[in-house]
Amino acid sequence: MMAVARRTLFRGWVLLAYMVIFAPVVMIVTISFFQQEIVSFPPDGLTLRWYWNAWQRPEFARGFVSSLQIAALATLIGVPIGTAAALALVRSPLPGRGAFNSLLLGPLAVPGVVCGAALYMFYVRAENFLDQDITATLGGLIAAHTLLTIPWTVRLVAASLQGLDRAAEEAAANLGARPFTVFRRITLPMMRPGIVAASMFSFIQSFENLDLTMLLVGPGRSTLPVAMLSYLEFRIDPTLAAVATVQILLVGILMAVTDRFVKLSRVI
Amino acid sequence: MAQLKLSNLAKHFGAAVAVEHVDLEVRDGELVALLGPSGCGKTTTLRMVAGFVEPTAGQILIGGKDVTHAPPYARDTGMVFQSYALFPHMSVAQNVAFGLEMRRMGRAEREQGVLEALKLVKLDHLAERLPRELSGGQQQRVALARALAVNPSVFLLDEPLSNLDAKLRSEVRLQIRSLQQRLGLTTLIVTHDQEEALTMADRLVVMDRGKVLQVGTAEELYERPANAFVAGFVGRCNLISGFVDPGGVFRTDWGGEFAVPQESAPGKAIFALRPERVALRPGTGHGIPGRISAITYLGSLSEYHVDVSGNSFLVSMPPPPNDSPLRCLKIGDQVSLTWDVAAVRLLPFEPSSNQGEEP
Ligand SMILES: Nc1ncnc2c1ncn2[C@@H]1O[C@H](COP(=O)(O)OP(=O)(O)OP(=O)(O)O)[C@@H](O)[C@H]1O
Ligand SMILES: [Mg+2]
Repeated sequence: MMAVARRTLFRGWVLLAYMVIFAPVVMIVTISFFQQEIVSFPPDGLTLRWYWNAWQRPEFARGFVSSLQIAALATLIGVPIGTAAALALVRSPLPGRGAFNSLLLGPLAVPGVVCGAALYMFYVRAENFLDQDITATLGGLIAAHTLLTIPWTVRLVAASLQGLDRAAEEAAANLGARPFTVFRRITLPMMRPGIVAASMFSFIQSFENLDLTMLLVGPGRSTLPVAMLSYLEFRIDPTLAAVATVQILLVGILMAVTDRFVKLSRVI
Repeated sequence: MAQLKLSNLAKHFGAAVAVEHVDLEVRDGELVALLGPSGCGKTTTLRMVAGFVEPTAGQILIGGKDVTHAPPYARDTGMVFQSYALFPHMSVAQNVAFGLEMRRMGRAEREQGVLEALKLVKLDHLAERLPRELSGGQQQRVALARALAVNPSVFLLDEPLSNLDAKLRSEVRLQIRSLQQRLGLTTLIVTHDQEEALTMADRLVVMDRGKVLQVGTAEELYERPANAFVAGFVGRCNLISGFVDPGGVFRTDWGGEFAVPQESAPGKAIFALRPERVALRPGTGHGIPGRISAITYLGSLSEYHVDVSGNSFLVSMPPPPNDSPLRCLKIGDQVSLTWDVAAVRLLPFEPSSNQGEEP
């Protein structure tokens, strides 16, 4: 009896936890179909007009494309750098590895706004020095977002490296493989789950980043989250919910696809 | 000709000495086992041969060629790791093919080689599986096939059977031995299991604390151990410290007096006697008196622990027939021990040495 009661209680808790986690998501998705402009229950009716509205507004379309571009390129640049750093951290007998590690993970501990402000000031100086636009350019944003991707990559790849059986690499060397071949044929494939997970995390980090980006965008170029924030300054209607629903869908698809290649539960 | 020759090989890790002055020859087609307790330097020695550990001093020759400082990929050794170390992302066939690919073998030839190696270990039907889809014993055989496929000059195995259950272990042991003999492989195998070493090896090397104590066939080590450690490590042995007095009698530290072979030199020594060489009779008056403290029935063998003046003596014999008076012996009974003096060996006295597993 006791056991059954306890199990029921436990299930109840789990259900509650899931509800708390998913409530906002469910809410946003639902609201995006409501007919009236100011949200109230029950809805007057259901509609797709907010999606149409979002589609019509150029700042969302442009922000979306920008965000995709920035996230993809920042991931492509940041993941190899982070992977190399993780290899150095775990494998090399370098002195001062602890300090190096803290430095690489630093951006995780510093608030995004602070990072953004620091980068902004740095960019302005660099602009004066180089006589070239950096803030509000694609390049400037990609560089900033690359910084976001590195700490995650270092963490995830280092974790996967630590669990890696070095005997397999020795076996390959024993069978006649030179160091580079060992890396390419054995080490890299064995690190794959960590790298795939790191890429996915990096992409999402960059795609949804608001705080750091906010300070680096300008009239020339914005990202989707920043465009959403600006929209919010003038109007409150379910258009934002529609945009957010599309975003949620995209991230969900990305995770599902990734999970087909590596079981995410194994690396995170 | 020695296919593998180690001379004066040593490895220090900082101040710690893992291997010291190892001299060893493994002849062409011979299987030599490195035997010793945990931490005595067996793995380190093997890894120096494979090239994963840089020796502090000494020389390694494979087929007469000095490879002391050659990188692992240039050594032509085939190693089987304790953890098997299969490539988890490659199928069984790809695992076995890897070494052949590294030797730039053509595709057809490679496939042929893979098939042959897998047939050797009777796994050709599982070629397309991934390592994690195999049982421990099957993975172990893939590791063997992978090392064998490249036909290495020296075959190295580091406790290849330690992850298998007892039944499988004795089976695979025989398989490895017959493969090794059939292919004429020069082999160095590491084990801490004396039974494994005794059944597989042509010659054994007993190591302790980084040093080689004795090299010889199983029989040589068992019958003529060089010291108390070897006597205690290879088979079981009663080891008693004391000294031989000028009158040719062995006096134990606790005051016992035993007869020893006539030519024994006087002085401190260790008295060694195999448990199966001791005869036991009920009652007193026929030899050294003692009292039974434990009896262990092992099926084909019975072991009696006999307390002689506070010291435990091990006696082993086949279980006595039903009508024998020995049959009714029980714990606490008085017995007498006798033995043939020729079975006694006197071993050099080593003050601080660990004297094996028996008292
Ligand atoms: N990389 C290393 N750094 C420092 N000490 C080491 C290293 N590798 C081995 N040792 C030490 O060298 C000694 C011999 O180790 P080794 O692994 O060769 O023992 P072993 O005979 O294989 O033991 P086991 O039967 O437990 O595998 C041990 O005392 C060990 O602690
Ligand atoms: Mg070992």
